[in-house]
Amino acid sequence: MRQLGSFPGGLVLDGQKSRSTQQPIRSVPLSKVLTLPLQQHIGAAAVPIVKVGDKVLKGQQIAKAEGHVSVCLHAPSSGHITAIDERPIPHPSGLSALCITIETDGKEQWTELTPIEDYKNSSDHELRQLIRDAGIVGLGGAGFPSFIKLNPSVHHHVDTLILNGVECEPYISCDDMLMRERAQGILDGIAIMRQATKANRCIIAIEDNKPIAINAMQTSLSTHTENGKIDIIVVPTRYPAGSEKQLIEVITNKQVPNGGLPIDIGIVMHNVGTAYAIARAINYGEPLISRIVTITGNEVKNAGNLEVLFGTPIKDCLTFCETQWQIANPIIQGGPMMGYPLANADLPITKTANCILVGVEQAAPAEQAMPCIRCGDCATACPVSLLPQQLYWHAKAKDLDKAVDYNLFDCIECGCCNYVCPSEIPLVQYFKFAKTETMNQQQERQKSDAARVRHDNRQTRQEMEKQEKALRQQQRKAALAASQTAKQAEEDKT
Amino acid sequence: MALFKLTPPYLSGTNRITDHMVQLLLALLPAIIALTIFFGPGVLINIVLAVVLALVTEAMMLKCRHRPLKPFLTDGSAIVTAVLLAIALPPLSPWWLTAVGIIFAIVFAKHLYGGLGYNPFNPAMVAYVLLLISFPVEMTRWLPFAELNNIDITFTTAVQIIFTEQSPYQLAVDAISGATPLDIMKTQTGLQQTPEIIQQNSAFGLLAGQGWQWVNIWVAIGGLFLLYRKVINWHIPTAMLAGLATVSLVTWLISPATTASPLFHLFSGGTMLGAFFIATDPVTAATTLKGRLIYGAGIGLLTYIIRVWGGYPDGIAFAVLLMNMLVPLIDDVTQPRVYGAKR
Repeated sequence: MRQLGSFPGGLVLDGQKSRSTQQPIRSVPLSKVLTLPLQQHIGAAAVPIVKVGDKVLKGQQIAKAEGHVSVCLHAPSSGHITAIDERPIPHPSGLSALCITIETDGKEQWTELTPIEDYKNSSDHELRQLIRDAGIVGLGGAGFPSFIKLNPSVHHHVDTLILNGVECEPYISCDDMLMRERAQGILDGIAIMRQATKANRCIIAIEDNKPIAINAMQTSLSTHTENGKIDIIVVPTRYPAGSEKQLIEVITNKQVPNGGLPIDIGIVMHNVGTAYAIARAINYGEPLISRIVTITGNEVKNAGNLEVLFGTPIKDCLTFCETQWQIANPIIQGGPMMGYPLANADLPITKTANCILVGVEQAAPAEQAMPCIRCGDCATACPVSLLPQQLYWHAKAKDLDKAVDYNLFDCIECGCCNYVCPSEIPLVQYFKFAKTETMNQQQERQKSDAARVRHDNRQTRQEMEKQEKALRQQQRKAALAASQTAKQAEEDKT
Repeated sequence: MALFKLTPPYLSGTNRITDHMVQLLLALLPAIIALTIFFGPGVLINIVLAVVLALVTEAMMLKCRHRPLKPFLTDGSAIVTAVLLAIALPPLSPWWLTAVGIIFAIVFAKHLYGGLGYNPFNPAMVAYVLLLISFPVEMTRWLPFAELNNIDITFTTAVQIIFTEQSPYQLAVDAISGATPLDIMKTQTGLQQTPEIIQQNSAFGLLAGQGWQWVNIWVAIGGLFLLYRKVINWHIPTAMLAGLATVSLVTWLISPATTASPLFHLFSGGTMLGAFFIATDPVTAATTLKGRLIYGAGIGLLTYIIRVWGGYPDGIAFAVLLMNMLVPLIDDVTQPRVYGAKR
């Protein structure tokens, strides 16, 4: 067995996973109205190709990818389009964005699907195009268009394809349940990914707190055509082992160079859920129209994992799981470490919604944050080896240049520093703020630089015009004088 | 009151500043017991006096600075400063000495710099140095080790001496106090005595001074408890003790006739208190791991230099303050390599 690496810091957290793994994956009853934000991925929003009033079928494309970093969007169920307008979306900013609203007809009538008979005959380019057309994004939570990460540039060769089934955040169990129940599908997807990336080797990484999932994957692999081509590696449970860069360090003992991408060291990483979605897209022709979402938390009586159509209102999922949600309980999308609060339960489930968390088991927070005593616990916990205590000092003083010097932009916002802080300082908030502020200032600086250049150019131009004008005037004067002298001379002659 | 956090992470650990301070105080118990056994109950009176004064001063300063009283009075930091200063002072020092020290520590060394977390210098050590420079006579009135002392200091005598500066035996306080082993070592080696002969004096035990060696051992036991509970980490104490041991070992090997052994230095005066309780004050210490090693080693080295070649018998307080000054520089040059940075 290969020697595993490790990352500095990190936390051993109470997983709270068993809350949501007691029942198999269930489906939520079809909702009346599905609201689909046009941007459920990183990159440019998709562009609608339907009009209000159009009838759509389940799986029909309703918006097309715009530009390179973008993916298509499909109708999760049959019905007709009732609106294309700005609506609140689940996003930390709480802002609104363009959404397509579908009123479902309850018939769940599929559009004609075109599965690929044998993908082995397809080129890697064709496979990527199909994956893009199927609207597939990384289902781990970030939502980066998957086809791009399957697209090694001419300069790079994919050595290792890593499938991330670590799921290190507490409470979340959607990947766990997917591996338990749909191991075969995940492996089918990995086979396609291996062909698309031409990776030399392939690893599935799973945290050791998921023995059932590990067993299911191993059993399924032993009879799969991929047997012998994929290694399942069990990694120790330590948050944030599921973070891309940290997992790479654990598995390969290598670090992604600062400012670089995993592909720079020959690695490509995808979530196990993405692999499953790819299998459905290629082998069955089904676009990405649903995902597994963990509905859990203290206030959820009947917690578990649901297969949810995109656009389904979160409250329908919460009601299905018998959840008490009040104003005092923020509804959190994502895990308790990196998730963000949602404004209300009317927002839809999107491609990046891996978990809806209502009520977290935790000690009552202090009434106020105490000053930093520089104990350094945060630095010990930081998986990136930052010095959060120093970063905080500079961020608080708004000495942003200094904060950037202290590697502000290497912060992955995992929240470990925040968790261990004995003064309960909201460190991650400070760092997020400092990052946005720095980026704003950079933009401002660029703008003002551009404005200054414009101004300088204008002045030079005006100066030149003035000079030209003066020159012309002089020339005219001279000409006039010359003609006058000539006239005078004429008159004198006569 | 909102019971839920509004920003991620929604989970938090249970570690709080107050817990740090409570454990620190618990860890000081063996030291306090040892000091009481070997040097009489005076230290207990000093502690009570110092703690009460510290809390009152802290409250007044918080009021002046319009800061909430409850969180800052209950964080325990003022109490820790008070106890550390109280056990560093001679056990029968007059009440006003303690009072001046505490007020200076809390008002000047702590709050005028911005209060908890903002003071660049260790408040207890600032006060100690102020007192040592201003009142050298009172500050060197250490009682000889109790067993050597034919006068048994009871609780009431201690109270009387501390508050009236009158000894009930019609004796000057000077008569019942004596030089510490570190003092003796310093003056005697100055008189060309070899440490070997000096240590035959009845004030010395197997390792270092009678009583003092035990106090240091008991303090170290408290320090090990802090390490075990992860209230402090090993870097600073280890580096400081190693720094002190190394430099004293080297000089001792070169010239055993004129310098005391590493063991003597490790178990004398405030060595263990400094290593485990003073130098490890997080606010004023270096904060990077490498920086903490440099910081600790620097204190060990400076302590030795001041003890042997300086004008004062013990050098912990000066060494700590001098290294406090270097902390911003040390922290700046010892930043760890972040993930993905070039090796």
